[in-house]
Amino acid sequence: MAKIQVSTNINNESVEYLCEPHDTMLSVLRNQLDLTGSKESCGSGDCGSCSVILDGELVCSCLMLAAEAEGSKLETIEGMSEGGKLHALQQKFLEKAALQCGICTPGFLMASKALLDHNPTPTETEVRFWLAGNLCRCTGYDKIVKAVLEVADDMKESA
Amino acid sequence: MSETQYLAAKTIEEAVKAHSKANGSARFLAGGTDLLVQIKSGIKKPELVIDVKKIVELNSIKELSDNEFVVGASVSGANLNRNHKFAKLWPGVLEAFRLIGSEQIQGRASLGGNLCNGSPAGDSVPALIAAGCKAIIAGPDGRKEIPIENFHKGPGKTILENGEMLVSLKFPKREINSSDVYLRMTPRTEMDIAVVGCGVNISLENNICTAARVSLGAVAPTPLLIEEASEIMVGTDLNSDVLDKVAALCMQACNPINDKRGTIDYRTKVAGVLLKRSVLIAIDRIKGN
Repeated sequence: MAKIQVSTNINNESVEYLCEPHDTMLSVLRNQLDLTGSKESCGSGDCGSCSVILDGELVCSCLMLAAEAEGSKLETIEGMSEGGKLHALQQKFLEKAALQCGICTPGFLMASKALLDHNPTPTETEVRFWLAGNLCRCTGYDKIVKAVLEVADDMKESA
Repeated sequence: MSETQYLAAKTIEEAVKAHSKANGSARFLAGGTDLLVQIKSGIKKPELVIDVKKIVELNSIKELSDNEFVVGASVSGANLNRNHKFAKLWPGVLEAFRLIGSEQIQGRASLGGNLCNGSPAGDSVPALIAAGCKAIIAGPDGRKEIPIENFHKGPGKTILENGEMLVSLKFPKREINSSDVYLRMTPRTEMDIAVVGCGVNISLENNICTAARVSLGAVAPTPLLIEEASEIMVGTDLNSDVLDKVAALCMQACNPINDKRGTIDYRTKVAGVLLKRSVLIAIDRIKGN
C-alpha cells in the first residue's frame, strides 16, 4: 500500500515524512522523527501524556492520524526551550519539584503552555480544570498547579 | 487497521462521492476522538477514513442573519467556545458540548461527531434537540434538513444512509428573552458519561412561558424530545405544580438500561429532578440573575 507523504511544520521547522494511513501522529513523532518527548501511556485520549499543540489547539497526538498534519503547525515538548534556555514553565516545574517519575511531565508542560497562551491569568480553578486531561499517577498535582500559577504571576509582573 | 486508506476530502462532493463508492466501508473523520479509539480497539474496521476537516463549510461557524447560527459539523469545542455571541445565545448547547472530555479532547471533538457517533448518552444531543436545531445533510441527491430529534435510530445508529454526510447544525434564529440549559448526572464530577442528561430551552414574556422544549439523554435507546412538555409549560408561569407535571412526564418517557452506573429507578428519578433544576436555571438566565 502506498505511503502518504506529509509536509508539515514541527517546532518552527519544515518537516516531511512518509506515513501509513493508520499511523498516529504520536507514533510518527516518536518512531520516525525521534521526538520521543511526547509519551504514549493510555493511547485513547484519557491521560494527556502525548499532548501537543496543533494549530494553536491542545490535542492528544495519539488521537490524531499522522496524515492529518498536512499543512499544519505542530508544537511538541522538544520545541519548548529556546536556544538552550528552558521555558519559564520548565524552569518553574524544576524549582517547585512539580514532577516525580516524569512520564506525564511533557504532557503537563504542553497543556500548561496552551493554557497560558489562551489565558495568561488563570484562576486556580481554571488551572485545575484545564489540566484535568493530564493524569499524574504519582499524584503530584498540587505542585504542578502551583508552578503554573506562579509562572502566570511572574508573567503578569514582567508584562 | 492495516487495510485502512485515508482521504482528506477538499469538497463536500468529493467526500460524499468517496463515501458512496465505498459502499458502507467508509467512515467520516472529524475530531476522531470517538472514531480513532473505536478503530484502535477493533470495534470499527473501516476500509476508508474520509477526513472532512479540510472542507471549509464543515469547519466554519456562520451567522446567516442576526442571531441565526450555522455551526459546521467538524467545528471543535475549543473553537466554538471562542465565539462569544454564540455562547451568549446558546449557553446550554455550549455547556453540554464543553462537558465532553478534557481540553485535549475539546481541541478536536465536534458537535457533528457527537451526533454521528450515535450514543444515547452523547452530552450535546439533548441540548441540540432542546434548541430546535436541524442537521443539514449532504448526499448523492443533494441536501436535506432533519430535526435532531429524528436523527438517531438506536444506540450507534443514525438515519444517515450510505453516501450521506452531516454538513452542519442549523440553529433557529434566537428570540429575545430565551435561554437554554443542559444538566447531566454522572457518578464522577467530571469527564464521565451521563447517567441522565437533560436539555431545556424556554422563552418567557412577562414571566409567562411562550415556548419550551425539553429533551432527555441516556434514558432510552435514543435521546428523546418530550413533546408534551411544551403543551404543559406554555402559557404558565412555570410554577412548581407545572414543573411537577413535566417532571412526571419526563419520568414516564424514560426507558433506560440497568447497569452499574445507574439503575432504572435511579435514572428515572434523576430525569425528573434534572428537569426541574434545568428550568429554574433557564429562568434565571433569561432574567439575567
